[in-house]
Amino acid sequence: MQAAFFIIAALIVIGGLAAMLVRKLVHAVLWLMVTLASLAALFLLLGAQFVGFAQILVYVGAVAILIVFAILLTRNSEWAKAGRLASPSWLVGVGIAGLATGCLIASILASSIPPGVPVPPAASVADIGQKLMTEYVLPLEAVGLLLTAAMIGAVIIAMPEDKRG
Amino acid sequence: MTFMAMITCLPHMLLLANPDEWLVRLKQTIVHWLPGPWQFVISSLITIAVLIAVFGALFAVATLIERKGLGRIQNRPGPNRVGPYGVLQPMADAVKMLIKEDVVPRAADRVVHFLAPLVLVAPVMLAFSVIPYGQGLVPINLDAGVLFFFAVGAASELAVFMAGWSGHNKYSLLGAMRAIAQMISYEIPLVLSTVTVVMMVGSLSLVQIVAAQGGYWWGVIPRWNIFAPWGLAGFVVFMIAAIAESNRSPFDLPEGESEIIAGFLTEYSGFKYAVFFMGEYFGMFAISGLAITLFLGGWHAPLPYLGWVPSFLWFFGKLFIFLFVFIWLRGTLPRLRMDQLMNYAWKCLLPLALINIGVAVIWRFTAGWPGPLRWLVCALLIVLAFVWLEKTWMKSRELKPRTYHYAS
Repeated sequence: MQAAFFIIAALIVIGGLAAMLVRKLVHAVLWLMVTLASLAALFLLLGAQFVGFAQILVYVGAVAILIVFAILLTRNSEWAKAGRLASPSWLVGVGIAGLATGCLIASILASSIPPGVPVPPAASVADIGQKLMTEYVLPLEAVGLLLTAAMIGAVIIAMPEDKRG
Repeated sequence: MTFMAMITCLPHMLLLANPDEWLVRLKQTIVHWLPGPWQFVISSLITIAVLIAVFGALFAVATLIERKGLGRIQNRPGPNRVGPYGVLQPMADAVKMLIKEDVVPRAADRVVHFLAPLVLVAPVMLAFSVIPYGQGLVPINLDAGVLFFFAVGAASELAVFMAGWSGHNKYSLLGAMRAIAQMISYEIPLVLSTVTVVMMVGSLSLVQIVAAQGGYWWGVIPRWNIFAPWGLAGFVVFMIAAIAESNRSPFDLPEGESEIIAGFLTEYSGFKYAVFFMGEYFGMFAISGLAITLFLGGWHAPLPYLGWVPSFLWFFGKLFIFLFVFIWLRGTLPRLRMDQLMNYAWKCLLPLALINIGVAVIWRFTAGWPGPLRWLVCALLIVLAFVWLEKTWMKSRELKPRTYHYAS
């Protein structure tokens, strides 16, 4: 269990670092996928089946393809220009990253951890389905509506000009 | 358990009332011998080895049947030189593929080029692990088996992209783009037609879906989902989408050799090509297995008095029928055009799948009606709604020459 956690954690960190440091954009996407797939493995290790599968389905199946198509269909963006990886905006980036990390650490330190080995909450896929269809049906519908609107917008953008009216 | 005890219990094992239990008992006996901590590991390894061996053998048999079958359809003998009637052809092919030179283009991205076939095959092998092959013969009984199947299937799109992009060949890239667009479009009707089954059974576990299809109506007609109107429509949608998902003819545009050489496989040769080929066949087996599980009653026998036949034989028998249909379609149907492909997915299969979900709900709430009436009403509802939708909303515009926006 512990060994599995450390292997997965190492994969997540290596994938994340490589995604930032690699020059070719497509390689960066592939490394990002390593991170996201390992994250799914982490969820599965913690017994969260639904979240783990959804993570693979959404990120590896859909988001990766979306990013890849965006890279390939925009001109000349596949190859990074030769030049330094570091730039003046580097400092701003470090600042934002530091701030985000600080906020996370502060909130983790502020939260109280109960003593003893925590018992993972048992949430089966059936339970999640029940909750989504009863208690959280309104947020689910709202998300569905939002996605439908986005899809209609995409169709309108993709329509030939003479039919847009 | 000592060896002698094993010998003495063997006849007992063979006399079990249920022949399906032989395999399960056999594995349990082997595992039982081992020291405690090894039991889980060895048990998993045995399952994995059996899966790889069975489907590897099935792959060899399938290539032979396909070549023979296509030959029959096209009025030629097919492979007939290696062994009697050419039955040893798969071995010859395997040896040829293994010893062929592995050509990697100079401009290729070597690492991605190497990884693509592995990324394609590994998830498909994972998908095999949730399908129930027989009574008690399921490698892992996951609560969310259906979800797992589609989640691992999603990785194959990434593999296709890796294959198409890494060769730095325009035909590879075009083929990959076509394949991904096709797989994404047809995944939606595929999942939506699965949703009806999940709704009716009330479980995402493939084992429970099969269990729900046990028994017979009036003692003759099996309670398979395909014999309900929503199941029939769902099965049709599922099968068409499944053929498209596995990139088989008539949906084999990604490899349309008259247009883009071999699509995303253009820059592959030797063993890597063979691995891709294997991945596509494995994908076909996996999706057929899912179709059998969802709609054709999984390992259940088609007639009540045939229950004595081992259940996994029914599963694989059904799988061979699917294989035959796949080959038959490949031999008889011409390839679609890209715009026909997309229109078909979005304007025909998607509405049908959505109507089907609605009718499944009606079926659920008319459980008290007499059987034939309920069947007829629901079937009519699907047909009428679909015909009306296609006639009024989706009326295709008059045919005119295609206009090209970016090519002239």
